[in-house]
Amino acid sequence: MPIGIGPYLVVSSILLVVGIFGIFMNRKNVITILMSIELILLAVNLNFVAFSGELHDLTGQIFTMFVLTVAAAEAAIGLAIVVTYFRNRGSIAVEDVNLMKG
Amino acid sequence: MIFAQIFFYLFAAILIVSSVMVVTSRNPVHSVLFLILCFFNAAALFLIAGAEFLAFILIIVYVGAVAVLFLFVVMMLDIDFSELRAGVQRYAPIGAVVGIILLLELVMAVGGWKIAPAAAGLRMTPMPFGISNTDAIGRILYTQYAFLFETSSVVLMVAMIGAIVLTHRERTRSKSQNIARQNARQPADALTMMDVPIGVGVKQLGILRPDAARTDPALTAPGPKVTLPEGDAVAVTHKPGAH
Repeated sequence: MPIGIGPYLVVSSILLVVGIFGIFMNRKNVITILMSIELILLAVNLNFVAFSGELHDLTGQIFTMFVLTVAAAEAAIGLAIVVTYFRNRGSIAVEDVNLMKG
Repeated sequence: MIFAQIFFYLFAAILIVSSVMVVTSRNPVHSVLFLILCFFNAAALFLIAGAEFLAFILIIVYVGAVAVLFLFVVMMLDIDFSELRAGVQRYAPIGAVVGIILLLELVMAVGGWKIAPAAAGLRMTPMPFGISNTDAIGRILYTQYAFLFETSSVVLMVAMIGAIVLTHRERTRSKSQNIARQNARQPADALTMMDVPIGVGVKQLGILRPDAARTDPALTAPGPKVTLPEGDAVAVTHKPGAH
């Protein structure tokens, strides 16, 4: 790997922090929250790949692939829930999701 | 080497900036497009790290499927996004505080960290020499990690079935073929046998098709009534609702 592992760790840390900041900032918008979760998972993937390249170990890349799989499944289910919720309630505001409170 | 560093910092800068734009953009469509830019730059970073296969998987799966799914949902739902951004000013300081604390923790964790000398001996699958990245991944993905690979396929199938079950709804307005009902249909359900005397038109008998009679009220005006004797049936008309 031509670059050391340090810059990769810095980039993925910043990406993770931006994703978490996005979850806090867009508290009402489910779609942006899902996109922030994608950013966090991308930071995780970047860490896996950087360590894989640094240590010459392929297991990190294999696990990156599994993280990609889970992230794709999560996006599909999350967006399906958003579509169903919007169909039922006419809104996707997270703060209105209180039907299960009893 | 210097080219690799220049490109690394270029792609990393674009990645960070576009990820910030994903979070702070007012229009969700712009957010999705910046997310796509993020994925492209992350794929470039993967390439620099030597993970060619994953770089292209990232572009194919994320840009080709997930980001397009996001774009589809954002554009399909009729949402007033400006209303959803109402509390941003209220939530931003909390998010900034949490983010800064987390970043400081990460800096402290990464700053005093180095790879242990024994780490090279703990590798599970060292990269083989002389074969490409895709080849090497395939060789261990289908042997050593075959169970996890199949498990991830189960995860994908559960996600697919779940998404279909969640979003599927019966369309009551559309017309579809009911084969059992077609096969159970008898001539007596659909046909009416009537006698038409010679010289008497169908309009006078009032045995027009129901559709034509409904649309043209002039045709339904009662004409001279003709009493039909029971006998040979020659005229055929459709009953409404029997099909």
